[in-house]
Amino acid sequence: MTLHEYDVVIVGAGGAGMRAALESSKRARTACLTKLYPTRSHTGAAQGGMAAALSNVEDDNAEWHTFDTIKGGDYLVDQDAAEILCKEAVQAVLDLENMGLPFNRTEGGTIDQRRFGGHTRNHGEAAVRRACYSADRTGHMILQTLYQQCIKQEVEFYNEYYVLDLILDKDPQGTPEGEEVSVAGVIAYELATGEIHTFRAKSVIFATGGAGKVFKTTSNAHTLTGDGMAIAFNAGLPLEDMEFFQFHPTGLAGLGILLSEAARGEGGILRNSEGERFMERYAPTIKDLAPRDMVARAMANEVREGRGCGPHKDYVLLDLTHLEPAHIDAKLPDITEFARTYLGVEPYTEPVPVYPTAHYAMGGIPTNVHGEVLRNNTDKVKGLYAAGECACVSVHGANRLGTNSLLDINVFGRRAGIAAAEHALETAEAAPLDETAAETLNSTVERLRSTVGTSEAESVADIRRELQATMDRNVQVFRDADSLQQAQKDVAALRERFTKIAIHDRGKRYNTDLLEAIELGFLLDLSEVVVLGALNREESRGGHYREDFPTRDDEKFMQHTMVYGGDDLRLDYKPVVVTRYQPMERKY
Amino acid sequence: MTATAEASTPAGEVPSFEVTLRIRRMNPEGTSEHGEGEEYWEEFKVQAHATDRVLDALHMVKWDQDGSLAFRRSCAHGVCGSDAMRINARNRLACKTLLKDLNPAKPIIIEPIKGLPVEKDLIVDMEPFFASYREIMPFLMTDGPAPERERLQSPEERQRFDDTTKCIMCAACTTSCPVFWTDGQYFGPQAIVGAHRFIFDSRDEGQWERLEILNDKAGVWKCRTAFNCTEACPRGIEVTKAISEVKKVLNTGEI
Ligand SMILES: Cc1cc2nc3c(=O)[nH]c(=O)nc-3n(C[C@H](O)[C@H](O)[C@H](O)COP(=O)(O)OP(=O)(O)OC[C@H]3O[C@@H](n4cnc5c(N)ncnc54)[C@H](O)[C@@H]3O)c2cc1C
Ligand code: SF4
Ligand code: FES
Repeated sequence: MTLHEYDVVIVGAGGAGMRAALESSKRARTACLTKLYPTRSHTGAAQGGMAAALSNVEDDNAEWHTFDTIKGGDYLVDQDAAEILCKEAVQAVLDLENMGLPFNRTEGGTIDQRRFGGHTRNHGEAAVRRACYSADRTGHMILQTLYQQCIKQEVEFYNEYYVLDLILDKDPQGTPEGEEVSVAGVIAYELATGEIHTFRAKSVIFATGGAGKVFKTTSNAHTLTGDGMAIAFNAGLPLEDMEFFQFHPTGLAGLGILLSEAARGEGGILRNSEGERFMERYAPTIKDLAPRDMVARAMANEVREGRGCGPHKDYVLLDLTHLEPAHIDAKLPDITEFARTYLGVEPYTEPVPVYPTAHYAMGGIPTNVHGEVLRNNTDKVKGLYAAGECACVSVHGANRLGTNSLLDINVFGRRAGIAAAEHALETAEAAPLDETAAETLNSTVERLRSTVGTSEAESVADIRRELQATMDRNVQVFRDADSLQQAQKDVAALRERFTKIAIHDRGKRYNTDLLEAIELGFLLDLSEVVVLGALNREESRGGHYREDFPTRDDEKFMQHTMVYGGDDLRLDYKPVVVTRYQPMERKY
Repeated sequence: MTATAEASTPAGEVPSFEVTLRIRRMNPEGTSEHGEGEEYWEEFKVQAHATDRVLDALHMVKWDQDGSLAFRRSCAHGVCGSDAMRINARNRLACKTLLKDLNPAKPIIIEPIKGLPVEKDLIVDMEPFFASYREIMPFLMTDGPAPERERLQSPEERQRFDDTTKCIMCAACTTSCPVFWTDGQYFGPQAIVGAHRFIFDSRDEGQWERLEILNDKAGVWKCRTAFNCTEACPRGIEVTKAISEVKKVLNTGEI
């Protein structure tokens, strides 16, 4: 077991983590710990673009962007945070360009912009070109550019280090409100050697990304197991709005790989097993281009009512066959490649099987606009920050607008990096670190190793498969009290079985078997929180749709859900910050 | 063709079949049957569908038969660069190679990529690979103060280096290069791709510094145009072409 000391430790090297590292490492001694090589982070999978009211091609401004973000989030957005996001968006894009990001260009040589769902001119008058993009590889370019800058700045990375525990100096729930609780460091497991490392730090930033693997069908990577959220939760911190998960309508059926919204923007049509253009029934005016949550629900409904396609009638079809092949090649090259490679479907002549895919966690670790983590509705944990998909500021509320996450990771990654470094510089010494913490993790790991060869043990893969299946079945686009109670029961039973697992690999070196077991533990923790929040929220808002409560209830539920851990989960609420936008009906 | 259920024949309708994976293994700590660091072959049979990827087949082994099998993966759709491996003697991404495109009647042979030290099973030490990338100063270099707005660049100028911006650093190219296998010093094709992306970027002013590095004995002149790299690249980057463009600049002194 090794002890390291830094001013700032960043956990995660995706867009949010590396943007933070660039700021922090300029100011203070910084380490960036990441379970993947930085360039493997899932920020690289983002396609569509990054929103900013540059006004390069059409008249636009930050206020319109703010309004769209709040309305898109179905009024669960903290409006002060949304104002910051949209105001700082322009500089965030320019910063990336100055760092070298190869954006697509206008004829005049400025950054080009394109349309995206929910982004409008003057409070909904018409669509506006706000998304800055680099072909359909915007996330890849952001990740590469930030990594290149990190090389230039000689950021100190600890690659393939899995952070598994967060150490605070006091129990954040046992400590009375108003009293100070500080971060002391994190404990990490080194994949190559199996060694446990303690990182003591004055500031810690969590930037561990999403948790899509809670579900079976997802656009998220295998490694997006919500580690940061679960670790914070297990350290006694609350999680905010976890019941809000975005399901993107068009994932490749059975695989969940994302097909961009652009497919329907270019004229693609969704059809059921009868060949019917079913969106005409659900949204007579805008049809296939209705908002993401509406389209996803319509698709799920077709399948539920027996009009799904394929041998198991479990998907619908995205039909592009009426489009010219040349048009498809020019505008939708990625989709054609994914459909051909993974389903063997030729989109020129065959419709593509699609189904909603779990895409984005709106909720996460609660923070204020400086990225400081909250331990209740008002008190922050000194020195602890979170940014990116694992955090909940909340700029996305109940439903994130397309292209606002790449923006979020840059704006709030930067803010967290600056705040963490400044805090470290003002702090004489890191909080005292409980020396038994590493020992505790070590014994957890040793206990798992000792399960190798146990007879009649449970299998990690089976539990994970069953968890993902029940979450897909019961907590997806349609939810009601019955389905959620079923999920709650299933998760509880799986948690029980999880205590009896055995792994296969006893080794110390590259023991990914062991880590998958630990990651499954995180998924189980988070599933429980998602389900509880969903069960309790007896209304429908954004990505959370309750069939037994199909309308939005601002009186009771225009507030954030806060779930606390411990022996029994505890639910609380936090008011939404409203600056100037009063809730109104979400119509497009 | 009409868009009906009958018209589509995607996943699921294809019956499952048995596939044999023949995997090159090595456990640095040894197993009950194999010594520390000993390399050996092991066969596994899995029940698969034609639409399954090699990565799915590896997961079937890891999840249901032998959890100690070690390999890297993340995105599972060819964008993160984690899972380059030698599959039937060709470098490919396991997540982008479908079983139906291989001959399922014969065992599928899976080995770690060549030329980097094997750490365990299909995992190699990527550090030398990333070190070469860092050598070529892979970041925009400009003189003078930062501009207030974006630096201007025409669509044509942007297009000039588009191909090499697609690189996901999977190392399929570098580890398919015969020169890289035998020469201890050659940067390998990926580093040159990484340099090309900046040399041909109209905004960059550090080209000559970078070209000097590539002109070095470990640089572009080691390339013997074997074309293996271009064939291996899962992103369809014309790697050999990028290398020859860099050579040309060095020969002519003009970009
Ligand atoms: C297919 C797809 C397309 C998308 N397209 C868009 C788009 O067009 N526009 C848009 O705005 N948004 C888009 N999004 C959303 C957006 O890409 C993500 O929300 C965002 O990139 C998340 O960035 P992040 O830095 O928070 O996390 P990530 O990029 O996922 O990085 C997480 C990091 O944390 C590390 N980590 C995790 N756990 C641990 C641990 N225990 N210990 C150490 N390190 C750990 C990982 O190694 C990784 O480096 C898309 C998402 C997907 C899946
Ligand atoms: S050039 Fe192609 S093969 Fe080489 S590292 Fe980049 S993506 Fe991989
Ligand atoms: S797992 Fe990401 S490229 Fe294969």
